[in-house]
Amino acid sequence: MSVAQYRKAAALALVAGLGLSLTACSTKSDDASDDASGKVTITVDCQPVGAQKELLQNWNDDVAEFQRQNPDIVIKSVSVGEQCNNPPDFTARLAGGTVTDVFYGYMTDLQQVLDSGQAMDITEFATKDTIPTWDSVDPALKEVFTDGGKLYAVPVKNYSMGLVYHKGLFQQAGLDVNNPPRTWAEVRDAAKKISALGDGIAGYAEYSAGNTGGWHFTSLLYSQGGQVLTADGTKADFNNAMGKQVLQNLKDMRYGDNSMGDRQLLQWGDLLTNAGAGKVGMFIGAPDTTQAIVSQFQGKFEDWAMSPLPGQDGAAKGTLGGGEGYFFKKDLTPEQVRAGLKWIAYQKLTPGKGQFDYVRAKPQNYPVGLPQPLLFTNGSDAQKQELELRKANANVDTANFALFEATPVPIKGEPRNAQAIYAVLDAAMSGVLTNPNANIDALLKTAEEKVNQLLAAQS
Amino acid sequence: MAITTVPGAVRAPGRPAPSSPAGPPRTSLGRKVRDNLTGHTFLIGAVLCFAVFSWYPMVRGVVMSFQRTRRGETTWVGWDNYLRILDDPSFWTAWKNTFYFTALALVLGYAVPFFVAILLNEFRHAQGYLRILVYLPVMLPPASALFLFKFYAYDPSDAGLFNAILKSLGLPTSQWMQSPEMTMPAMVIASTWMNMGGAVLIYLASLQNIPGELYEAAELDGAGVWRRIRHVTIPQTRLILALMAMLQIVATMQLFIEPLILANGAGAEDSATSVAYLIYQHGFFQNDLNGAAALGVIMLVVLAGFSAVYLRLTAKQD
Repeated sequence: MSVAQYRKAAALALVAGLGLSLTACSTKSDDASDDASGKVTITVDCQPVGAQKELLQNWNDDVAEFQRQNPDIVIKSVSVGEQCNNPPDFTARLAGGTVTDVFYGYMTDLQQVLDSGQAMDITEFATKDTIPTWDSVDPALKEVFTDGGKLYAVPVKNYSMGLVYHKGLFQQAGLDVNNPPRTWAEVRDAAKKISALGDGIAGYAEYSAGNTGGWHFTSLLYSQGGQVLTADGTKADFNNAMGKQVLQNLKDMRYGDNSMGDRQLLQWGDLLTNAGAGKVGMFIGAPDTTQAIVSQFQGKFEDWAMSPLPGQDGAAKGTLGGGEGYFFKKDLTPEQVRAGLKWIAYQKLTPGKGQFDYVRAKPQNYPVGLPQPLLFTNGSDAQKQELELRKANANVDTANFALFEATPVPIKGEPRNAQAIYAVLDAAMSGVLTNPNANIDALLKTAEEKVNQLLAAQS
Repeated sequence: MAITTVPGAVRAPGRPAPSSPAGPPRTSLGRKVRDNLTGHTFLIGAVLCFAVFSWYPMVRGVVMSFQRTRRGETTWVGWDNYLRILDDPSFWTAWKNTFYFTALALVLGYAVPFFVAILLNEFRHAQGYLRILVYLPVMLPPASALFLFKFYAYDPSDAGLFNAILKSLGLPTSQWMQSPEMTMPAMVIASTWMNMGGAVLIYLASLQNIPGELYEAAELDGAGVWRRIRHVTIPQTRLILALMAMLQIVATMQLFIEPLILANGAGAEDSATSVAYLIYQHGFFQNDLNGAAALGVIMLVVLAGFSAVYLRLTAKQD
């Protein structure tokens, strides 16, 4: 072969390779459908990643057992890496049209899923026939995924925030682990004593970056009895005495008492890393933050306990709740929707199976005994079964969460345009946590103006 | 200019001789393609790559900036997205921060590599090792380098590297990324450290092309170091300096990873919010891909403006 022929061959190979690559890029995963043999195939995301060996094995075992019980359904699992923990990844897949037939999303994702035009109305399919425990699922959670009277997702997880505290540090600081702070004044006193232990320990830690500051401001505001937006959702409603109290409490702890540590601008992973290292006495969070501290940040379950969110002068007037669900992609066949609902029912909403398979989770050192997920209505059959199984297989000391469970605080959902509002409120939170001369009135006024502008622009 | 002929040069077989001194003969497009088939085939790959991964997304971005998608329905909304973005409370903050970063980066990130290159150029020994040392930070993944700064250098406690140095010198310590005033300077320091290796090598190559006689002549005329830099080095490297200034402006105005990692996003009281970070916020957190596209187009226009100025300046210099 001459040099010229070699060049031509190389050029053709290059183009062919490129063409194949592009073809591969454009291949979609939506090849699932009703096949000729009568089997219904659906794709489902959030299969655990390879590094989570036990969780992946559990998922695969669930798929195998479900398919054995339902021989006419084929589940194609899709692992999408961090999508299930990382909102930007989810948005990218949604915008790119590459979500699976049954796909995971946060409660706050309903609007963007609807706007993407990829959500399917599943109202007529979500019944006791497809989900045997459907009547036990908390109606308030169904409502979160409902728009214009139509249901678009099935709730699979629900949480509410409380005060998470480190028992070991409480004991070292001479505090009573069985009598945690119930008011913000008591939190301040306890934080002072814990931070006095030195060694870089923060008595109380708080977020102020990556939209998590605004997220926690919302919960702290709810504890005061406030709300982020007016009832009609058109104006900001936090520039008032309650909003100021939230920021004043934090500023007092940060600069008055120096009990919140030097490192600020924390977001989720930063705070939990410090907590796992035993450098945080208290923070607000959901029960599963203790799971993250243990599984991702090398902490120990026995160190942590939870109590209800503190209030200003007594019990908290409210706390922030949130959660997750599974949506269904538009244009699925009725058979595919029913198959998807059956799978969700099996893996997420059946006591003793899937996420409630506590017998399996117990020896694997996944926490059993946390007051979460709060999916079933109080007193319902499914809740009774779930609680019995949880109690029988608990591998964490349920006493550590007893106070939190026994003292429910009214749960409020997240505001409309939650993420955009949280981004604005981050500045107010970072202001009081990084600037000793922060002017709380000015911070709240600026945030209020920004949120009002934002709402006006979005309307 | 004298015209010379190359001895022994022959016309390529099969190629027609020029029919007139005005230029090559006209040939059909098909003939041209056939004659350069291999070249065109190679070109297809590059063109396809650019078309699919650069040009199409850009055009799509511009189109999206004039649309709004709600409930799966995409409609044309004219300039609405642009007006909405202009109303965004963070819009001007982001531009102010971005220009501030760009200006600081021009002062620090542009001048430092040039002077480091001049310094390196003076070394007669171990220049290779020094070049590797200067280039090493470029080989670190940017995220790793920034995490080093975040957790090691910019720790606001006295345990932080920079604070420990300041304290040992009896100087006041800083809150670094937690101080709105220090956020941008701190990001520029980190960014310069990370990226200057490449610029230093380019400057060095340019400096080594300056004829030594020019410096000898300047020295004979009694010029000191600064006058040699001013009257020989800078004029001789002005084209590369202009190019690097342009590249620097375009790169620094796309400030994104520094705020994302060093400041966890917006930073203390929005002091780190950049235009690129605001695009990310709109696109991925605020369910507003169309607004993000509009802001992207605004940024494109601004950067194109800078590029046009650069082209004009260099054209005049040429």
